[in-house]
Amino acid sequence: MAGGRMQLELSRVVQGRSRLGVLKGLGRTGQHSLEVPGCLLYTHFGTVPHLTQDTLHTLRNLPSVTQVTLSNIAEHQEVLEEFKDGFRKFAGLHDTVVYCSLHDPATLCPTGYTTNKTVSVWGSGGRIELTVAKFMALQKTVQPDWYQSMADGETWQNSTSRKRVRKSVDRTLAHLDECLLVHQKSQELDGVEVFGVVEGGDILEERVRSARETAKRPVAGFCLDGLQTASMDQRLRTQLITAVNKELPEDKPRLLQGVGRPDEVLACVEAGVDLFESFFPFQVTERGCALCFSFDISPDPERAGRAPPEVLELSEEKDAAGDTKQNGDLNHDDQTQMTSFEINLKDKRYQDDFRPLVEGCGCYCCKNHQRAYLHHLLVTNELLAGVLLMIHNTSHYHGFFSALREALAKDKLDLLKTRVLRAGAQQMEREEQDG
Amino acid sequence: MAATIESSPLTLRIVAECPVTKARVCDLILPHCTVNTPVFMPVGTQGTLKGITVDQLEDLGCQICLGNTYHLGMRPGPDLIEKANDLHGFMNWKRNLLTDSGGFQMVSLVELSEVTEEGVKFKSPYDGKEILLSPEKSISIQNSLGSDIMMQLDDVVSSTVTGPRVEEAMHRSVRWLDRCIAANKNPHKQNLFAIIQGGLNSKLRKACLDEMTKRDVPGFAIGGLSGGEEKDDFWRMVTLSTDHLPREKPRYLMGVGYAVDLVVCVALGCDMFDCVFPTRTARFGSALVPWGSLQVKQKQYAKDFQPIDPDCQCPTCKRHSRAYLHALFKSDTAAMHHVTIHNISYQLTLMRSVRQSIMEGRFPEFIQSFMKRMFPSRDQYPSWTVDALASVNITLQ
Repeated sequence: MAGGRMQLELSRVVQGRSRLGVLKGLGRTGQHSLEVPGCLLYTHFGTVPHLTQDTLHTLRNLPSVTQVTLSNIAEHQEVLEEFKDGFRKFAGLHDTVVYCSLHDPATLCPTGYTTNKTVSVWGSGGRIELTVAKFMALQKTVQPDWYQSMADGETWQNSTSRKRVRKSVDRTLAHLDECLLVHQKSQELDGVEVFGVVEGGDILEERVRSARETAKRPVAGFCLDGLQTASMDQRLRTQLITAVNKELPEDKPRLLQGVGRPDEVLACVEAGVDLFESFFPFQVTERGCALCFSFDISPDPERAGRAPPEVLELSEEKDAAGDTKQNGDLNHDDQTQMTSFEINLKDKRYQDDFRPLVEGCGCYCCKNHQRAYLHHLLVTNELLAGVLLMIHNTSHYHGFFSALREALAKDKLDLLKTRVLRAGAQQMEREEQDG
Repeated sequence: MAATIESSPLTLRIVAECPVTKARVCDLILPHCTVNTPVFMPVGTQGTLKGITVDQLEDLGCQICLGNTYHLGMRPGPDLIEKANDLHGFMNWKRNLLTDSGGFQMVSLVELSEVTEEGVKFKSPYDGKEILLSPEKSISIQNSLGSDIMMQLDDVVSSTVTGPRVEEAMHRSVRWLDRCIAANKNPHKQNLFAIIQGGLNSKLRKACLDEMTKRDVPGFAIGGLSGGEEKDDFWRMVTLSTDHLPREKPRYLMGVGYAVDLVVCVALGCDMFDCVFPTRTARFGSALVPWGSLQVKQKQYAKDFQPIDPDCQCPTCKRHSRAYLHALFKSDTAAMHHVTIHNISYQLTLMRSVRQSIMEGRFPEFIQSFMKRMFPSRDQYPSWTVDALASVNITLQ
């Protein structure tokens, strides 16, 4: 086996499921680590959306692992092959661990193009078909520190048949075995970690089968696929993840793909997930919104009593923004719907609101700019809006994960849940009253 | 040096003068900081410099940039900006701001209803309402914006227009200058510049110069040029203007931004320049370099692993290759920001080099090597540059 030194050190397991710890031994020299539960740094082709290195590094405590995706990279294979020195160097990345996933979690791919031997990704020029051979050639060219093996996860649509789900499990296992074979023979991938991918759609038995079989292979950890936000409600997701995790070794990390909303993250951590992709702040940014939900679990009585003003504005927010869906609502078509964890800065009410996006937030945007300015930038379609919002949303989201880890350490998960979910709950209450 | 209520919000210190050409190096002391001239001022039309934070702009060494009265006057409007502690407060830019009057947009953007002695009547593109932009209104908005330098409202006529309209516009601009001066609520904090008009007609321009220099304004702009006229006419009007503008006041040539134009017009005696071109062209992937420009999105750069300019010290060139930027244009808007930063850096660095060469008494040599780098051969030098530089004792080799 040509694996690396990735090791999960758990410091706590709360109520038998939620895990707190550190993923150590990351990177070629093994000197990086990532706290769990945690998230990866989401990028487009190595760039955090809208940000250059200067604006990116206004953020402190960035995740040590940068996610790149084959959907961005595949079309540039030739260039990277000529470059020879791997993606990290090509992109001028800072000192970071590079994790390569197959798909971009923020975009749902068209379905119907997967075969027994191939999966497809969509680049700027259209569809690119990947065999395991091509997939592995890409990995050798990208030279990530860690990647997920090729997988068929096209089971997130409601209409997926049992037969199709079974196929996705079978294919994914076959792809994994082929990938590992190539991996073990490749010197370029010496020291690189591979994650197996657990499939199974919404069928419990298939999920368990996939997990059991994948766990038999020599992988460093597990991606949980086909459970994306758009694919199912949280109750089912929790049920499936719980069942899957029972089959997986405790000392290997579990990365959940395509799930990023704070309420879902909390529920999935409680089901035993360790890692998430951080595409949610990007989606919030793209709709001109700013994350503002509270994750404050400090014992300070003065602070504890202060409700974030956003919560009270929610009913007006809903009228202004149109259809704000409740958290937990199924939304197959549009992951871009505004959630109750954010404020819509295009709303007229922010025109002369000279407060920062979030009081007390230490990010560059909140230290230097006000809601009124962000409102103006959005109304006038200015590029700086995306830059500032991405900085804030990324900062806020990582702050949430930090609070989550603190809550697990101090047995305050319930308090955190109350804080975070209060916004959503009040919204649902109001709708029940109206309805 | 603290500014008292009597002192001027603008002081020009002439640091060096080129013994060969009409170029000068000055320190322009403005309320927010000193500006070293010759200076290129990037344009941040709507209170932002297209995707660049104020910190990034500061780090590039920018000491003054532009905001646009027409756009900001529409959105978010002067009242809101006043509430936000003026445009500096609204965008959180701690250095200097220059606002134009809104006049140029009359020619370039808006469905023109009518120009009368009162002002310019036009239809708002946002709600179709008719708006009158008078000298008083323009100054009022600029007072609210709180810019360090304000421009008079001038009767703008395209440089390709000829005939009596040009003369009418010139005289009206003088009368509007007086109205602007009278309307300025903050003469001790905000500097009002006059704009010399007269089209491409030497007589009219001279008449305008004679009249406007009688007014006690802290600075002069050379307007009505850079609008598609022949370069042969352009440079002659520039040099005529600088011949008759006071030495001890800054000369601002509006709308000029191509590297060659900047260098030549510095030689002709101009101190300040602005143009949207460098930032606009960046968003299309066009990077400015000492030998012209480089279209990063073109296929030939897909596998080019050097930076845009190996000699450039900007954040983009220090970290990224042409190949990476080429690919990034297909994935993320940040590609535009990288090129914008590079282009601003290019412009500001160019002006710094010009300044340095004037101070060290080698501006003529600088011009020679600049032109050599920019054009493949001597017979490709545009004839207007040869003529213009010859007029200030530079024989291009």
